Amino acid sequence: MGKTLFRKVWDLHEVAPEGPEGPAILYIDLHLVHEVTSPQAFDGLRMAGRPVRRPDRTLATVDHNVPTIGRERGIEDDLSRLQVEALERNAAEFGIPLFSLTSLRQGIVHVIGPELGFTQPGMTIVCGDSHTSTHGAFGALAFGIGTSEVEHVLATQTLPQGMPRTMRINFEGAMPRGVVAKDLILGAIGQMGVSGAQGHVVEYAGEAIRGLTMEGRMTVCNMSIEGGARAGMVAPDDATFAYVEGRMAAPRDFAQAVEGWRTLPSDPDAQFDREMDVDVPSLAPQVTWGTTPGMVAPITGRVPTPEQYDDPTDQEAVRRALEYMGLHGGEAMEDIAIDTVFLGSCTNGRIEDLRAAADVVRGQSVKDGLRAMVVPGSMAVKAQAEDEGLDEVFRGAGFEWRDAGCSMCLGMNPDILQPGERAASTSNRNFEGRQGKGGRTHLVSPAMAAAAAITGHLVDVRTFDAALAGA
Amino acid sequence: MEPITIVKSKVAPMDRADVDTDQIIPKQFLKRIERTGFGEFLFFDWREEDFYLLDRPEYAGARILVAGRNFGCGSSREHAPWAIQDFGFDVVIASSFADIFRTNCTKIGMLPVVLPEDDVRTIMREALDQPGIEMTVDLEECAVALPDGRTVEFHIEDSVRDRLLNGWDDIGLTLRRSEVIDAYEADREREGPVTTILL
Repeated sequence: MGKTLFRKVWDLHEVAPEGPEGPAILYIDLHLVHEVTSPQAFDGLRMAGRPVRRPDRTLATVDHNVPTIGRERGIEDDLSRLQVEALERNAAEFGIPLFSLTSLRQGIVHVIGPELGFTQPGMTIVCGDSHTSTHGAFGALAFGIGTSEVEHVLATQTLPQGMPRTMRINFEGAMPRGVVAKDLILGAIGQMGVSGAQGHVVEYAGEAIRGLTMEGRMTVCNMSIEGGARAGMVAPDDATFAYVEGRMAAPRDFAQAVEGWRTLPSDPDAQFDREMDVDVPSLAPQVTWGTTPGMVAPITGRVPTPEQYDDPTDQEAVRRALEYMGLHGGEAMEDIAIDTVFLGSCTNGRIEDLRAAADVVRGQSVKDGLRAMVVPGSMAVKAQAEDEGLDEVFRGAGFEWRDAGCSMCLGMNPDILQPGERAASTSNRNFEGRQGKGGRTHLVSPAMAAAAAITGHLVDVRTFDAALAGA
Repeated sequence: MEPITIVKSKVAPMDRADVDTDQIIPKQFLKRIERTGFGEFLFFDWREEDFYLLDRPEYAGARILVAGRNFGCGSSREHAPWAIQDFGFDVVIASSFADIFRTNCTKIGMLPVVLPEDDVRTIMREALDQPGIEMTVDLEECAVALPDGRTVEFHIEDSVRDRLLNGWDDIGLTLRRSEVIDAYEADREREGPVTTILL
């Protein structure tokens, strides 16, 4: 029987198989480190007198808590500054390369890994962050870990791992006009639920996935965790190789590397523990209405009511979500007014995302009284966007144009929603309080967020032009 | 980490599904660089809510938390299990856990117990209807003695069970096998698939 992509990457990295001595030990090729989940791990190393085994396979940056404006003044929040300074000290002490606050290569850890060419097909990649699954877009096995495991990887460059199950999600059929990567993954999560892929490594396959750019594949893999998956992967192909080629850390003998990478895709007769099909032609742009990413509906639909659910636990969850979101149930999605738009994050903070949003915004103005901000995923994305004049498009329309970081996706820095504020956001989580205590989040694609910023309410980007003409 | 064997204690209820780690420990507390002291911030934004019962005196001293399905979803922050443990819990029972959260628990000496949904509902009802009722979780036998007198078994990987029973340091266990890691690295860097070395 043939092997899956996942199994091929696993087998290449199995230092020791599962046995009487314990679980399998998996080698880690690349360990990405940031300021929030690492300080306790470095303290643990110091207390035990252990070195970092492979600083040359470790890369650090600051992203979660950093300010996205006024960086020349440093970090005003004392605790955030201490955390960044701790990472700077730890990186120096243990010999780890670090792109800190003033580096032109600073950015969200899952944006800079790929854009600098560190993320490559067939690798194992971990980071103390659940959205590490992003790197699976390259055919890498990439997953989020906790701080104890961060310490484990720093000390041993390996992790003990139980064998996950495998699942393939087939996106069948062609993409309808106006439907993008974000809609594919939100649609899939809506279909399977927020724990639907628990315990599984998911391979995303099908015509729609093959047609996506690398940026789009990263958006899909990024949100694997929101469906409960351990990791998400896409088979590497010519689009993957073209993206990696020429980047800073790309293999020197690129042709030889590609030859190896071409052996990675799942064999035709490979078996998956589970399969799920998503009917792509029936998808419309997706918007979340509740407090989990699985509480999602097409923009053409309505907010559901608790009575539409059979399971009492679901009914209670929907009741609570509607109350938190300030909705009654039954509203048309397009009637929901918003007061904030956030464009950025490791889900949708790459250059293609900014271009898609700029195409909608060009020549328009942000609705009066609405706050809209663009936070590029990295300083390199920011520079590229400025080269293309996108900053002028956004600024001219009334968007704030910021420096790179996680920003309002999780609100650890000053970029937060106030209680009761309602955002259209290109990020990945709409949990209670995620973007600020009492804040209400509707997850959407970049073009949908941009359109909402212009109209002041959730709006179908496919009919946006007509809506504007009629306004 | 501290070994876990048998925990006999009150049971405290968190009767919600899909509790995410943003609720368990909100982001403003992730800026601390210490590993301890997170317990006072546990469920910080829910403390005024009617459904939040963990501060009620009847549940004081509870070492067992029973929760709804898919507990600990979302962010990988280990601050979430740190906060639960620091609050006083040694065991969390649910019908399912998010993968990263479950792993994080086992790395710090806290036991995640997966039971069938019906049994979890039974425990939840008892904990809600008879606050302060006690039950026993036995890791040696992999068994939970329910308040209604029944005993149900749970599954946990042998290696994880051994580590929790003995309080073993996971990194120490792996470092004892460092010769196989050395051999793997030597092989890979001689002939393996191309991966970049960063420096």
